[in-house]
Amino acid sequence: MTMALGFYPGCSLKGSSREYSESVLALAKAFGIELTEINDWNCCGATAAHNLNRNLSLALPARVLALAEKQSLEEVLVPCAACYSRLAATLHDLNRDEAIKSGISELIGMELKGSVHIINIIQFLDKYICPLLENRIIKPFSKKVACYYGCLLVRPHSVLHFDREEEPQSMDVLMAKAGATPVDWSFKTECCGAGLSVSRTKTVARLSGKIVMDATERGAEALIVACPMCHSNLDMRRGDINRYNGIKSSVPVLYITQALGLAVGLDPVDLGVQRHFVNVEI
Amino acid sequence: MARIGVFICHCGENIGATVDCEKVAMAASEYDGVAYSIDYKYMCSDPGQNLIRQAIKEKELTGVVVAACSPRMHEPTFRRACNEAGLNPYLCEMANLREHCSWVHEKNEATTEKAIDLVRMLVEKVKRNHPLSSIKVPVTKTALVIGGGISGIQASLDIANTGHKVVLIEREPSIGGHMSQLSETFPTLDCSQCILTPRMVEVAQHPNITLLTYAELESIEGFIGNFKARIRKKAKSIDEKLCTGCGLCTTKCPNKKIPGEFNAGLGNRTAIYVPFPQAVPNKPVIDKLNCTYYTKGKCRVCEKVCPTQAIRFDQEDEIIDIPVGAVVLATGFAVRGTDFFPEYGYGKHPDIITGLQFERLASASGPTLGEIRRPSDGKIPGKIVFVACAGSRDPAKGIPYCSKICCMYTAKHAMLYQHKVHDGESYVFYMDIRAAGRNYEEFVRRAIEEDGVNYIRGRVSRIYEKQGKLIVKGADTLLGGMPVEIEADMVVLATAGIANEGSEVLAQKMHVSYDQYHFFTEAHPKLKPVETNTAGIFLVGACQAPRDIPESVGQASGAAAKVAALFSQNELTREPVIAVVNRSAPPMYSTCAGCFMCVSACPYQAIEKEELTDRKGQLIKTVARVNPGLCQGCGTCVAFCRSKSIDIQGYTHEQMVSEVMALLNN
Repeated sequence: MTMALGFYPGCSLKGSSREYSESVLALAKAFGIELTEINDWNCCGATAAHNLNRNLSLALPARVLALAEKQSLEEVLVPCAACYSRLAATLHDLNRDEAIKSGISELIGMELKGSVHIINIIQFLDKYICPLLENRIIKPFSKKVACYYGCLLVRPHSVLHFDREEEPQSMDVLMAKAGATPVDWSFKTECCGAGLSVSRTKTVARLSGKIVMDATERGAEALIVACPMCHSNLDMRRGDINRYNGIKSSVPVLYITQALGLAVGLDPVDLGVQRHFVNVEI
Repeated sequence: MARIGVFICHCGENIGATVDCEKVAMAASEYDGVAYSIDYKYMCSDPGQNLIRQAIKEKELTGVVVAACSPRMHEPTFRRACNEAGLNPYLCEMANLREHCSWVHEKNEATTEKAIDLVRMLVEKVKRNHPLSSIKVPVTKTALVIGGGISGIQASLDIANTGHKVVLIEREPSIGGHMSQLSETFPTLDCSQCILTPRMVEVAQHPNITLLTYAELESIEGFIGNFKARIRKKAKSIDEKLCTGCGLCTTKCPNKKIPGEFNAGLGNRTAIYVPFPQAVPNKPVIDKLNCTYYTKGKCRVCEKVCPTQAIRFDQEDEIIDIPVGAVVLATGFAVRGTDFFPEYGYGKHPDIITGLQFERLASASGPTLGEIRRPSDGKIPGKIVFVACAGSRDPAKGIPYCSKICCMYTAKHAMLYQHKVHDGESYVFYMDIRAAGRNYEEFVRRAIEEDGVNYIRGRVSRIYEKQGKLIVKGADTLLGGMPVEIEADMVVLATAGIANEGSEVLAQKMHVSYDQYHFFTEAHPKLKPVETNTAGIFLVGACQAPRDIPESVGQASGAAAKVAALFSQNELTREPVIAVVNRSAPPMYSTCAGCFMCVSACPYQAIEKEELTDRKGQLIKTVARVNPGLCQGCGTCVAFCRSKSIDIQGYTHEQMVSEVMALLNN
C-alpha cells in the first residue's frame, strides 16, 4: 500500500544536509510511503526572520502551509527540527488569533485555513515506520548510542506538545527497537551552538565539545540526531571540537533515518552515510 | 393596626451635616402606621436609647425603625434597647442613612429625599415583621482534632487543659508529624525532638485526651455543637493491651528493606514497625501491604517471637462513631519530591535530595546518625548546593505561591552543614531571601557572615551528573547574569510545600472550602484566620498554607481558645435568620411540591426530606424541611424554590417586595 504524505525539505536538506533528505526518502521508499514535496516552497525564515520581523517570521511559514493546503496535503513531514519549530509555532500563533491569521493571509496573497497537520521526523517514524520495524530489521544497530535531541525538537512544550522538554525519550525508544542500546547521558537537549557555527566557531566548539565529550565518556559509539544544524555542528566542526576538548573523538554522528535505514538493510550510499566528515564505520 | 416608631439619628455631623434629619422625621410621621417619629443627635447614646425605650412604652409601639448607621454597627444595640422595653428585638430594623446615604452623597435636596425613601422602605418592612426568637442548640463538649503534628498536638493540649474532652486522630502509627522528622529548628537551632517529644508524651498521658493513631475520618455529619464523626481505626494487627512495646518483633521481621516514611525514604524499616524510637504510642503496627504473611500467606515470625502473644493477624478495621461539638483540622502539608523537576533529572540522581531528606541526614536520629553523608555512596560531601524556591513561586510549575519556610530552613541546612563539615563549601541559589520574623533575618545573616555560606542570587537551570559529580548550572543575577557552574557532591532542593495527600477529599467530607492548590481556606483572611466557613470547624497549621512551627503553634492555641469559648456555653444561641419551608392548613399542608431542588442547592446540607403523615400514620406527602441548626441563612434555597415555598425568616418575600413597592409607589 502506498500512502501520500506531504514533504517539506527546507533549505538545509537541499544543501549541507542532503544526506538527511536522501535517508528520509530512502527509508520512506523502503516502507512504501510516498512523499509529495510541496511545490514552490520557500525558506521557513529560520533564526533570522523571527529575530527581525514578526510578520515576516509568520508569513514565510504561512506561505508554505498555504501551499500545502492548496495541494490538498493533510499531513506534512518536516524533517528539519528548525523548520518544524517555525512551522509549528506559526500554526500555533495563527490558529490562536483570527485577526493575525487574516492579516497574514492578506500578506501572502493566499488563503490560509491552518488545517494542515505537520509532523516532525520522530512522529513520522513513530506513526509510519515503527509499527512495521520489528519484522524488517536485518542488521540490528547493535551499538551504544547517545540520542541527541537539541533545542528545537521538543521545545517549547506548550506549542509542540511533543515528548518531554527535559530528558526526552522518543528517539531512545526508536533506537532501542532498531537494536541499539541508548546511553543515559546529560546533554540530550543542551544547545550545540546552532547558527553560531559560521560566525563564532569557538563558541560552537565549546558547546558542541561538551556534548561530544559527555557522549564519548559514557561509551557512546554513535551520536544519533534529528536536526541538520546539530548534525553539522557535531560532525563538520569536529576538528574544532577535538581541539577544544584536547582529545580526539571519532564518534560518528548519524541521522536517525540513516541509523534505521542501516538497520533495515538499506545501502549506506543510498542513505548518504559517506557524506559525513567523521567517518561512519558501522 | 401597626404603630411604628421612627428614630432618625444625626450621628453627630456624619448624617446631620448632609441630610436634613428634621425633614426626614417630619416626612416619616405622615406615613401610614407611623405612631411616633423623632430625630436626635446621637441615637446610640444612653439618652438616645432611652428615647426609644420610653416611646415603646408610652406610644405602645408595635415596631421600630432606627435610621442611623449600618446595622453591622449598632443593630444589636438598638435591638437590645427594644427588648429591654418589652418589644421583640426582631421587630426593630435599621435604615442605613450613613454608609448608604450621607457618606456617599453631597448635601442637597435629593440626598434628603433618598433618606426619606430609605426610611419609608424600612417602615413598610417592619409592618410585616414577626416576632422571632433566637435559636438554641445544645453543645457536645468534646473536640475532634484531626492530625497529630505539632499543630494538632498543641490544639489538643490547649483544649484539654481547659477541662474539655479531646479526641485526637492521626492516620500514621505515631503522632509527631513533620516536626518529629526535623533535626534542629530555626532560628535558635534547638533540637526539634527535644522540644516536641515531651508534648507527644503529654498528649498520650492527658486524662482529657483520647489518642487514636492509625485512624482516619470516614465521614462526619451534624452541625456546630452536634457533630457525629465516624472514624476508621485501621487494624494495627496487634493487641495494644498485651503489647509491651519491647520491639523484639521489629528486630526479627525478615522484611527489612521497606523505604521508611520517617526517614523520607533514606532509611529502611521492617513490615512490623514503630516509625521511630520516640514514637507515641511506642507500639508497632503491621504494614499489611508489605508484610510477607499478608502478601504471601507465610511467615508469622513476629507472632512466634512475641513474648506476650500480642500479634493479631485476624484483626479488622474498627469503625467507631463519636459525638463531638467542634472539629479542628490540623492535617498538615507535604513536600514535592525531587521527581517533580525534569531539569534536575526527574529524581533519578540519588544525591539530589529534598530539604526534608536533608533534615533526616542532619538529625541525630536519622539514618546517618546526624552525619551529613550523601545517599549514593555514603561519602561526606565536600561541596553542597542548596536550591531555594524549587517549584515555589514558579507559575510554570503550577505553584505560584511562596512556600514560606524554605528560606529559613535552607539557611539552617547550610549552617548545619558548615557546623558538621568544617572544610565543606556550601552554596545557596535563591530568588529573594524572605526572612520576616523574630530573629529570622539575623539568622540568615549569621549563615552568610559567620558560617561562610555562599549565597548566589539566581535560578538553577539544570543539574546533571558527570563522573560522580553533580554539575549545577545557574546564573548569578547580581553579577550581570553571569552563568555559574558548580561541581557539587550533593544538591538539596527546597521543594515546594504542597497540600497533604487526601486534603481535597477531607475538605469535601467536612464541607470546608479549599483553594486551587487544595489548601483549606479560612473564613476570613484577616479577621477569622482559624475558622472555616462551616461553623464549629476550625483549621490550624500547614493544612491552610505552608507554615513554620511558631506560627502553627500560635494558630493552634488560637483555635483552642475558639473551641473553649464554644464549649463555655451549654447551649448555643444563633440568629433566627434561617430558611423555613412553609406549612399550611390541610389539605395543602405545605406549598412545597417535594422537588428537592433546594436539597441539592444547599451548600450546608441543611435541608432534609420530611414525611407528612396523617393521624393514622399514612403518608400524605414528602416535603422539604430546613434543619435550623445547620442552616446558615444564605438564601440559596429560596432562589431555587420554584413554588416560593421557602422564606428566610426576617427577609421574607413579602417583606422584600413591600420594600421595593414602597420605593416604587412614591
